[in-house]
Amino acid sequence: MSYTIEGNTGPWELVIGLEVHAQVISHSKLFSGAATAFGAEPNSQVSFIDAGFPGMLPVINRECVAQAVRTGLGLNAEINLWSRFDRKNYFYADLPQGYQISQYAHPIVGKGEIEIELADGAKKIVGITRLHLEQDAGKSLHDQHPTKSFIDLNRSGVALMEIVSEPDMRSPEEAGAYLTKLRQILRYLGTCDGNMDEGSMRADVNVSVRKAGEGYRTRCEVKNVNSVKFVMQAVEAEARRQIEVWESGGTVEQETRLFDTQRGTTRSMRSKEDAHDYRYFPEPDLPPLVLEPDWVEQLKASLPELPDVRRARYVAMGLTPYDAHVLTLEKETAAFFETVAKGRDAKQAANWVTGDFFAALNRLKRDITDPPVTAENLGGLLDLIADGTVSGKLAKEIFEIMIETGKAPGVIVEERGLKQVTDTGAIEAAVADVLAKNADKVAEYKSGKDKLFGFFVGQTMKAMQGKGNPALVNEVVKKLLG
Amino acid sequence: MRLTDHTLRSALDALNAGETTSVALTEAFLEGIARLNPRLNAFITVSADQALEAAKASDARRAVGKAGPLEGAPLAIKDLFCTAGTQTTAGSAILGGFVPPYESTVTKNLLRDGAVFLGKVNLDEFAMGSSNKTSAYGAVENPWSRANDPDTRLVPGGSSGGSAAAVAAHLALGATATDTGGSIRQPAAFCGIAGIKPTYGRCSRFGIVAFASSLDQAGPVARTVEDCAILLRSMAGFDPRDATSADLPVPDFAAACARPVKGLRIGVPREYRLDGMAPEIEALWRQGLDWLVQQGATLVDISLPHTKYALPTYYVVAPAEASSNLARYDGVRFGLRETAQNSDLRDLYERTRAKGFGAEVQRRIMIGTYVLSAGYYDAYYLKAQKVRALIRRDFEQAWGQVDAIVTPATPSAAFGMDEKQDDPVTMYLNDVFTVTANLAGLPGIAVPAGLDAQGLPLGLQVIGKPWDEETCFSVGAAIERAANFTAVPGIRA
Amino acid sequence: MSLDAATVRRIASLARIRLEEDEVGRMQAELNGILGWIEQLQAVDTEGVEPMAGGAPEGQPAMRMREDAVTDGGQADAVLANAPDRMGAYFGVPKVVE
Repeated sequence: MSYTIEGNTGPWELVIGLEVHAQVISHSKLFSGAATAFGAEPNSQVSFIDAGFPGMLPVINRECVAQAVRTGLGLNAEINLWSRFDRKNYFYADLPQGYQISQYAHPIVGKGEIEIELADGAKKIVGITRLHLEQDAGKSLHDQHPTKSFIDLNRSGVALMEIVSEPDMRSPEEAGAYLTKLRQILRYLGTCDGNMDEGSMRADVNVSVRKAGEGYRTRCEVKNVNSVKFVMQAVEAEARRQIEVWESGGTVEQETRLFDTQRGTTRSMRSKEDAHDYRYFPEPDLPPLVLEPDWVEQLKASLPELPDVRRARYVAMGLTPYDAHVLTLEKETAAFFETVAKGRDAKQAANWVTGDFFAALNRLKRDITDPPVTAENLGGLLDLIADGTVSGKLAKEIFEIMIETGKAPGVIVEERGLKQVTDTGAIEAAVADVLAKNADKVAEYKSGKDKLFGFFVGQTMKAMQGKGNPALVNEVVKKLLG
Repeated sequence: MRLTDHTLRSALDALNAGETTSVALTEAFLEGIARLNPRLNAFITVSADQALEAAKASDARRAVGKAGPLEGAPLAIKDLFCTAGTQTTAGSAILGGFVPPYESTVTKNLLRDGAVFLGKVNLDEFAMGSSNKTSAYGAVENPWSRANDPDTRLVPGGSSGGSAAAVAAHLALGATATDTGGSIRQPAAFCGIAGIKPTYGRCSRFGIVAFASSLDQAGPVARTVEDCAILLRSMAGFDPRDATSADLPVPDFAAACARPVKGLRIGVPREYRLDGMAPEIEALWRQGLDWLVQQGATLVDISLPHTKYALPTYYVVAPAEASSNLARYDGVRFGLRETAQNSDLRDLYERTRAKGFGAEVQRRIMIGTYVLSAGYYDAYYLKAQKVRALIRRDFEQAWGQVDAIVTPATPSAAFGMDEKQDDPVTMYLNDVFTVTANLAGLPGIAVPAGLDAQGLPLGLQVIGKPWDEETCFSVGAAIERAANFTAVPGIRA
Repeated sequence: MSLDAATVRRIASLARIRLEEDEVGRMQAELNGILGWIEQLQAVDTEGVEPMAGGAPEGQPAMRMREDAVTDGGQADAVLANAPDRMGAYFGVPKVVE
C-alpha cells in the first residue's frame, strides 16, 4: 500500500522532487582563486571577481569541472561534452554581480538515477533530471545590528552543484532516503563533504498533492531545507497545507516557501517577487565548456568504489547484510572497517567494529573521524586473539584499556603481563592446586555431579588471573579429574 | 619642433637618440593639458605628479640601457581602464570616487613597456554614446572647428571622445580607447586621427569596465597608423585572466604598415552606399579606393546583405549585456549610494541607480532588461543573436573574394554640441559603418583621409579578416600615405 | 510590440531604477521609439540559423580551465575600502527581512 495522507475528501498522494545544492570540494572558487575553507574571517576569502568589482572576469576552475563530472558518473548520468554557462539575473544583497553564473539551457550532466532503499527493504529508482555547476552567493547576517544587515562574501563564488531529481518520490520517507543516499554517494566520491550544518548541502523541496490517477497539480518549492529530518517534516507540512487549501475550495498558487523549523510549518517567501523573471542569457565572458572524452574516461577510471558496490562486496566477504549496510553508511566507517579487516577475518572484524567499537563511540559521544581506538590498534588486538596471545574475554578488557590509555594492545599485554599462558606445565600446576584445595568438590564430581566441571575451570582461570588458555585449561582439568 | 608635435614614432626616435627625455616630453604635455583642458575637458583626472615620477623613473631605466618599446612615451588612458590607485569613473557618477586596487591588463602591458600615464580621459558614460555628451564629468570639445563657423563647438565623437580629443590636440602621444560599436573609430574620424579596434580577443578585457562583453574591445588611438601599430603591439596579447582572450602570438604590427598593398583585393560592399549619403563622404570613399588602385590593389564589388540590420541587432545585444553588466552598480561595495530616510535595500538600489546613471545609460538598461525579460527573449535577444550570426556569415563569405574591405568610417563629419539631440535613434546611426565589425568580431581601423568643405576631418575604415590586423595596417598606411593628411586642429598644444 | 506604462514601470522595477511617475511617459515614448526601430529585425529570415553567442569571429574556442590553487583573497581591507557603508569587516546594507 503506497503512502497517502487522509484528508476530508479521502486519501491524497504526494509528488516530491528535490533540487539539492551541494558545495563542491575544491581549494579555490569556481571562477576565482580565492579560498573556500569554512569559518574564515569575514570577507577574507574574497577576490575582486567574487565581489563583482568593475572589469573583473571569471576563469573556470578545472577541479570544479572534474568534480561535477565525477558526480555525474557516480549518478550513472550522461556527461554532456558540450555545456555552457548562462547568467541568472536578480538583485540581492549577497549577490555582488547582480547575476549568478549558472548553467540553464545546457547543463554539464544530464539524466541519471539513484536507487534508494526503504525501511521495509523495498527498493526504488529515483531519476536525476540534471546536474549543473553554478556560483554560490554570499551570506547576509541579520542579527548583528538593529537596522542593518551585514554582508560577508566569503561564500560568494564557491562552486555548487545543483542536482535536480525527477518528481519520483511519493512520501516523506522516500524524500529522506533520497537525500541520505545522494549525500552518501557525494561523500564517497569526495565531491561534496555533505556537511549540512555548515550549509554544504541544502535542498529545495518541490511538493504537490493529487488524487489517485490524476496528473500533476500545482507545486510549491520549499527553499533551503538543511537536514534530512527537516526535508521529511517540510514535505509533510507542505502537503498537509496544500490538501487543506484544495479541500477548502481554494487553489494552490505556485510559489516559493520557507520551512519554519520551530513551528514545523511552511510560509510564503514574499521577498522573491521577481523570482519568475531571471532574464537568463548565455554568459558572454565564458566560452562553452567542452570536455575531452579522454579526460572524462580518466576521471571514470579513477572513481572510488561507491556504497552499493562496496556493500555487495562486504556481503561476499561473509558479512551479514545488516553489518554490510551499517559499515558502508559513512565512507569513513567503511575505511575504518577495511583497515581493521585487512588480512584478518572479515566477519570477526565486522563484529568488533559494529559491537564493542560502535558501543564505545556511542558511550563516549565520539565520531568515526575521531575514534577512541585507531583501526590499526583494533586490528592489532584481533591479531593477538588470532595467535592465541589473549583470549576473547581478555581482549575485551584490553580494548577498554586501549580506550583509556590510547596504547597499542601489544604494549598493554606486555606492560601488564596479560599474555595468555599456554605452558601446559604451569596450567597443570594451577589445576592440581585447585583440585587439592577442593577435595570435597572433587569427590562430589566423581560421584556424578558433572556440573562442577565448570567450577574447576573457573577457579583455575581465576587463579591464573584470566591468562590461562581456555581450551588448554579445559583439557587439563578433564585429564586430572580423569 | 615643439615636443608636443611629435608623433609616437618620432618621439621614441628622439628619446632613443638622446635628443629629449621622458621628463621633458611629460612636462610639455602636462603644460598643454593645464592650458587647454579647462576648455576641451578631455581629461577627467590629470596625474601630473605620478606622471613626472614615472617619467623620471623611465629616464633612469633608459640611462641604464633598460628601455622598453614605449620607454618614456606619455599617453592618456580612457577612464574605462582600471588603474591601480587612480580614480576610475567610467564617465559615470555611480563610480564617483572609485579607486581600483588593481590594474587592467592592457594598462599593465603599457607600463611594462615603459609608457608614462598623464591621466584618465573622458568618455561617454559607461562608453555608451557617440558624442561624449553622456559623460557625468561634462562634454568634451572637439579641437577642430568649422572654417566658416568657428564659434560652434563640435563633439569629438564617442565614446572615446576624450582619448581622440587629447591626441588630436597634442595633449598626449597616444591614448587607450575601447570600441563596442564604433567607439574608437568614430571619434578618431571626427578628430582627424587614426584608431584601430582589433579582433575580438586580441586585447584582454580584464580590468576594463564592461559595457557589452561580447562586443567590447580595447585598442589605441594615435596620430598615425604606425603609432597605432606600435601601441597595439604593447596592448595586445594573451591573458589567462580573460577567458575570451586569444592565445595567439602578437605580430609586429608596425612592420605591416610598410607592407605594399600591391595585389591585395579590396572589397567594396554595395550595402554601405546608403540612401542620402553625403556626397562628400561618397567622394572620399571613391578617392580612397582610387589611391589603393593606384598602389596596385584591385577592387571587388561585394555584398554584405544583412548590413542594414546591424544597428538594430546591436541595439538589442549591447543593451541586453549592459543591463546585466551594470547590475553590480548597486551602492553596496563601491561608488555612489543614495538613500532616503528609512530606505530598505530595494529603495536603496532604485535611488542609487536612478541618481547614479545618466539618461542614456538608464534607457539602455531598460531596453536590455526588456529584451531579456520573460516572453520577449525569443523575439528580441535570440532573434538578434541569429541575425548577428548572419552578419558574421556575410563577412565569412566575403573573405573568399577579398583581403580587406574599405568603407567610410562615419556618415558625417563631427557635429555640433547641440545638434542631433532630438531622438536616441538618430544618434545611434553614427555607428552605421562601424558596428558590423563589432558584431562579427573583426578588426577595423579608421584613418584620416581628407577634409570636408568646412575643413573638418573625414575618415575611411579598413575592415580585416579575423586576426589580420596586419592587412588593416597595410591598407590603412597606404591610404594615409596617399592622403598625406597634414591638417591640424585649431586648438592644440 | 508597444510598451504600455505598466510595462515600463515593471521593467524599471526589474532593473532597480527608480522611475518617478512624471517620467514614465517620456521613458515610454523613448523606449517605444527604439523598439519600433528594432522591430525591423522581424523581417529577417533566420530559419535554421544558430544564434551567435560570444564575440569571437570564428566561433568560440573551448573554454580554458585554470588549476585549482588558492591565488587570491586575504585582502578584506582592499575589498572593503570603497564601500559606502563599511561595518567593520562587513558591507552594511539596510536590514533585509526574508
